[in-house]
Amino acid sequence: MTANTHADEHGALHTSTGLSNNKLGMWLFLGSECLLFGGLISTYMLYRGRVGAGPRPSQVFDIPFTSVSSFVLLMSSLTMVLAVSAAHKGDDRNTYLWITVTALLGATFVGGQVYEFTAFYNEGMGFTTSLFSSSFYVLTGFHGVHVTVGIIMLMSIVGIMKRSKVPGSKAETVEMIGLYWHFVDIVWIIIFTLIYLIPA
Amino acid sequence: MTTDTHTTTEHGMSNAGYVRIALILAAITALEVSTYYVDFGPLFMPALMIMMAIKFVIVVSYFMHLKFDNKLFSWVFYAGLILAIIVYIVALSTFHFFS
Repeated sequence: MTANTHADEHGALHTSTGLSNNKLGMWLFLGSECLLFGGLISTYMLYRGRVGAGPRPSQVFDIPFTSVSSFVLLMSSLTMVLAVSAAHKGDDRNTYLWITVTALLGATFVGGQVYEFTAFYNEGMGFTTSLFSSSFYVLTGFHGVHVTVGIIMLMSIVGIMKRSKVPGSKAETVEMIGLYWHFVDIVWIIIFTLIYLIPA
Repeated sequence: MTTDTHTTTEHGMSNAGYVRIALILAAITALEVSTYYVDFGPLFMPALMIMMAIKFVIVVSYFMHLKFDNKLFSWVFYAGLILAIIVYIVALSTFHFFS
């Protein structure tokens, strides 16, 4: 058992801060991720007008389609928070249910992104077509990879929980994955506005 | 803790509260998308930036529970976020992005 699993009668953990080290570590990680995505977003903002002979953003972006994808990812944050809530109540059935729904919504979003990339490629926007296309694919691709990693974590935790092999607190583990998932959602909130809705 | 849908839990809000927050987020997203079809004139950019910031803060505060959690978590996360904003505003300025 780690120090994180020992809590006194007031709920305080026996760590130097009195807080969960796992949770503190996750927030530190998410803080550092802001720098990663900040760099990718800034690079895109610099290069979005550098289209060369390729298509311009306004020529390829399908706002209605991306709006639906954004809505799906936003709703996955709701199902994730419901999973965390159920986990804290010790309601395993609803925890599994909401985690699975979250993973399915995430998979729908990633599927939409794959469709979007394919459509862009068919319209002549390859990875090396222009600085705009390269920076766009790197930014949204990195985000897509984050969503995919989140889906893998969600499905893994369901399997691990069903085998009752979760080390430490089950609810805290679900909460950690939830924090990661919500972070991926807030990054998309920024990408959707800055990249899709604001024209170059 | 028992299952309840109307009272605040120690880990944040009730499930009904989360659904209300999601509806607010959906409404703001619909407003954001409307800026693509409706001409907001000079308000276009500020309106989008404000709506983006509101959605960001709502998700972080309520879905990620920062509003209800220990302030140290808020400091850790917002320090990273503010550092990123400052670093990249400076970086973009050196490339005359804002001029």
